[in-house]
Amino acid sequence: MKTSRFLFPLLVLLSGCSGGVQSALNAQGHSAVALKDLIIFIVLVCTAVWLAVVLVMAWALMRRHKRQEGEAAERKMTIAVSVAIVMTVLIVGVLTFASFLTTRSLYSGTDATVTIRVRAQQWWWQFIYDNADPSIAFQTANEFHIPVGKDVRLQLEAVDVIHSFWVPSLAGKQDNIPGRENVLTLRADKPGVYRGQCAEFCGLQHSHMAFLVVAEEEADYQRWAAQQRQAAVQPVSAEAAAGRDVFMSKPCAACHTVRGTQASGTSGPDLTHVGSRSTIAAGLLETTRGSLAAWIADPQTLKPGNNMPIVPLTSDELRQISAYMEGLK
Amino acid sequence: MKDLVVLDVSKLPLHGTGMASPTWWATCTFMLIEGMGFGLAIAVYFYLMSLAPQWPIGAPPPDLFAGACLTVLLVASIIPNILVSRWARRRELKKVKIGLLIMSFFGIVPLVFRIFEFPALNVSWDDNAYGSIVWTILGLHTTHILTDLVDTLVLTALMFSRHGDNTRRYGDVEDNCLYWNFVVIAWLPLYGCLYWVPRL
Amino acid sequence: MQEEQSGPPMDTDLDDRELESRLAKTWSTRPGFWGKIACVDHKVVARRYIFTAFVFLMLGGLLSLAMRLQLSQPEARFISPDRYNQIFTMHGTNMMFLFAVPVMEAMAAYLVPLMVGTRNIAFPRLNAFSYWIFLIGGLLLWLAFALDAAPDVGWFAYVPLSGPQYSPGKRTDLWAQMITFTELSALAVAVEVVVTVFKQRAPGMSLDRIPVLVWAMLVMSFLVILAMPAIMFGSSTLILDRLVGTQFYNPAEGGDALLWQHLFWFFGHPEVYIVFLPAVGMVSTILPAFVGRPLYGYMLLVMALITTGILSFGLWVHHMFTVGLPRLGESFFTASSMAIAVPAGIQIFCWLATLWAGKPVYKTPLLFILGFIFTFVMGGMTGVMVASVPFDTQVHDTYFVVAHFHYVLIGGAVFPLIAAIYYWFPKMTGRMMSERLGRWSFWLIFIGFHLTFFPMHILGLWGMPRRVYTYQPELPWASLNLFVSLSSLILASGFLIFFIDAIKSWRSGPPAGANPWNASTLEWATSSPPPPYNFRRIPVVSARDPFSPGNDELTVATGLRTDRREVLVTTIVEALPEARESSATDSVWPFWAAIATSIMLIWSIFSPWAVVWGSIPIAVALIGWFWPKGEAEDES
Repeated sequence: MKTSRFLFPLLVLLSGCSGGVQSALNAQGHSAVALKDLIIFIVLVCTAVWLAVVLVMAWALMRRHKRQEGEAAERKMTIAVSVAIVMTVLIVGVLTFASFLTTRSLYSGTDATVTIRVRAQQWWWQFIYDNADPSIAFQTANEFHIPVGKDVRLQLEAVDVIHSFWVPSLAGKQDNIPGRENVLTLRADKPGVYRGQCAEFCGLQHSHMAFLVVAEEEADYQRWAAQQRQAAVQPVSAEAAAGRDVFMSKPCAACHTVRGTQASGTSGPDLTHVGSRSTIAAGLLETTRGSLAAWIADPQTLKPGNNMPIVPLTSDELRQISAYMEGLK
Repeated sequence: MKDLVVLDVSKLPLHGTGMASPTWWATCTFMLIEGMGFGLAIAVYFYLMSLAPQWPIGAPPPDLFAGACLTVLLVASIIPNILVSRWARRRELKKVKIGLLIMSFFGIVPLVFRIFEFPALNVSWDDNAYGSIVWTILGLHTTHILTDLVDTLVLTALMFSRHGDNTRRYGDVEDNCLYWNFVVIAWLPLYGCLYWVPRL
Repeated sequence: MQEEQSGPPMDTDLDDRELESRLAKTWSTRPGFWGKIACVDHKVVARRYIFTAFVFLMLGGLLSLAMRLQLSQPEARFISPDRYNQIFTMHGTNMMFLFAVPVMEAMAAYLVPLMVGTRNIAFPRLNAFSYWIFLIGGLLLWLAFALDAAPDVGWFAYVPLSGPQYSPGKRTDLWAQMITFTELSALAVAVEVVVTVFKQRAPGMSLDRIPVLVWAMLVMSFLVILAMPAIMFGSSTLILDRLVGTQFYNPAEGGDALLWQHLFWFFGHPEVYIVFLPAVGMVSTILPAFVGRPLYGYMLLVMALITTGILSFGLWVHHMFTVGLPRLGESFFTASSMAIAVPAGIQIFCWLATLWAGKPVYKTPLLFILGFIFTFVMGGMTGVMVASVPFDTQVHDTYFVVAHFHYVLIGGAVFPLIAAIYYWFPKMTGRMMSERLGRWSFWLIFIGFHLTFFPMHILGLWGMPRRVYTYQPELPWASLNLFVSLSSLILASGFLIFFIDAIKSWRSGPPAGANPWNASTLEWATSSPPPPYNFRRIPVVSARDPFSPGNDELTVATGLRTDRREVLVTTIVEALPEARESSATDSVWPFWAAIATSIMLIWSIFSPWAVVWGSIPIAVALIGWFWPKGEAEDES
């Protein structure tokens, strides 16, 4: 127990890459790096203070008592307590100032080149790349791409209840609140895939409301964006084409949009390029034909309480529809 | 442990009034609790107002007549209320009885006007947040009038009973007067909020 | 005896035996079921309160074990998400509203009258009423849980998730009404404690002689009085939104989701100190008895208590750092949130100084207090961390915060509370608890606690959010979670031993005697357990320590009646005797008033008209309660 406590600062120091793809200690973005520095600084100061208190306590318990203690000892104690109080005030001041400096650095010099509307809802994320020219606006779900080294402005909105947008490796969290709009600026320093997750309790499937941020070089990002703007690709195989017909004839199209087809529902994620995303169901499963089939066949077992109903399908229809989905690159 | 007697309290009165009465202090703490409640209601009112693009939301300001009558009545009731309190301190049973009857009247009549205040708000509680907060404020204050009225009626009955002529009862009457003053004074900022802030 | 002709029987000129038997006759509760229901003795009511609160603690602890089972492996399916959400909501609600606040108030209701040297709490019937309300509120919540209808929106019940649209059914209404029950009972006890401290102190116990624990309970009571109206306003408006369609929290109609958070945390932050300040009082009272010297820095500690109480009202935004604050305010919020570290530090320094100057005797209460200092300072340090707005944006709503507040609440309040139980158990029951089991329970709780909660800091920094019923296997959290789950069993076993010890000692512990710890506050000047009238004669105080344990004499006052329940009322500052006030006799009316109130409150979940019709029986019960019955207590 004791070792684990002493390990803590060490862990923090050694944690350049600890904690995986969703960790405040694996800082890969401008904000997250500044915050990690602050975290390490404050943790170190506080650990020192705590150690001092525990050492004084241990000393007080173990020291030998002299009998002749009187007025003088009392006076010494008063001095010690006064010094400790002054130290407390000073430390609080220093930590406040450090926080102030961090806050200032987070907000300085932001001129965002990309603006994304983040609409959080039970229990998935909608990312809208607005544009004055609607023909080049597009949207995606549960995974979005950003250019490395550029400030990205996120407008955080909530469709139903309060959610909180958090990608620890890139920045601190900010809430999505119905009726309000918050703004968060991100900048990824290195290309990579960063995981985020809803941080405000939002109901049954709060646990399964994750998303991925793909940070890539400008050229890759532009290629991705151009591809996302395209309408859905036509199915190449007969199976996928049959899947498309099933999709359009069943309730699927009432909730999902596949641009370039008559499917234009808006209550579920836009599926135009669902096959190009690495996960489905808000980070729940890796995108494969098998996982798509499993999800479509029984979403309520995989993610109980989510808003996608079970649509009765024959096994052929299920196979066809999964093939269609997988092909929507 | 042996007792060493150093103090004789047998000459002390059997009941204190005012600051010597625990009930008086309890009344004060209850007023603190309820004052906090009224304060919060006012804070919520201004909070919602600060968020709204226009205030009141989707309704004309409340009509003044019923509220003004009620306010005049409440303020006027302070005078007999203070008199009752004074008579109770002097233990003048007959005057206290008459005073309590008058105060019962001053508890009932404002309620009549209060009934007309709700429609005069020109908004329903479920129309919007403005309607919700003004109805809540008015409702909250109405329960205070009602509570004190019931208290006054029970006290009046008590004073006419054989239990009436008792320092303890006179203390109750004084505490009840204190509480009525609170109900009246708390109304004034609420009245300002409900009727005059929307007209600013 | 000879005075009976000239007036009512007095306690003057009676020998101790005779006086005790007469007082016992006047103050005792009648036997039988209805006698127990009617009992208004503050010790009996407080004991029921404490017992009930500990039952709720045990139930809440079982819930946490259920959560740890579910989280012990990724994507586990032991508990459905719906049940899990009920469980964590129940755990938080139960621990805060049915355990932490009530148990601290119950300790106040038990100890304050004894420590200030009076015979019963002020308004003993209100005290009994408050217990019944608390009990019924707690039963209501647990009944709902048993029926699979427990609230599932978190103990904080953020709108709109808890609003009419996203939380259909009655689950959230039950939560909101349970709040009304517990706040009502909390407010009642707070009023009693304030008036007891203000008006019923022993003659001579001027403000600067009030025991620190009593100061702490007084400040706590004021926090209750000032903070609870906010949550009552919040929960009532939430019910109105859900039941009659008001629009307080609906942004589409001019309402606001954040309004709820402001109201909730305006209560919720002081709430932490409502739980913590009594613990400060307990530590300050117990520590001197085990180091054999008076408390260092009485004045400083009292000032720190009051300062903490005041500052706690400026900190509610502390819980809302990620809602999108005005940027200019951030440093201000950081500074004000951190400022509370200063009075907390002062308290710690005073205790360290007391330890320094004294010679420790390592009995169980002292062990828990040392464990408290060790643990609470860590919780305070993480508190400083989350007080920093930028730091908080990375740890808010993660397991880091879960770790933080368990360090503060268990380390900062439950450890001192268990110390207090070991310390005052002899007074409450007349029997000692076992030193051997006490040590076992301390070490298991202490080690189990740190093993359970320390790793949560790391989980939080590694990105694990709170209130998740599961997590995915590809995230690196599984092994630490399993470790935490296993450790929680150690912690639970420590509590189990504590409960076993308490029950065993209650039945067959060795007799304690009046003052087993050689302490010098007034509760130790009477027998253990104290008689129904607490003190044979009201003590008279002439120093901060009312009596020295070595001295066999207690200065007292005479001149109270023996034929009616009489207490002494004193002035607020100097505690000079002002009046002999009667104290209420036993009555079943508080019980009926509580039943009537409960019917109205529960009914009002279903129909707004309940408020109208349900008020009538309440009024009847209250009139029955207050209408004079021609007893000696009504004389003046």
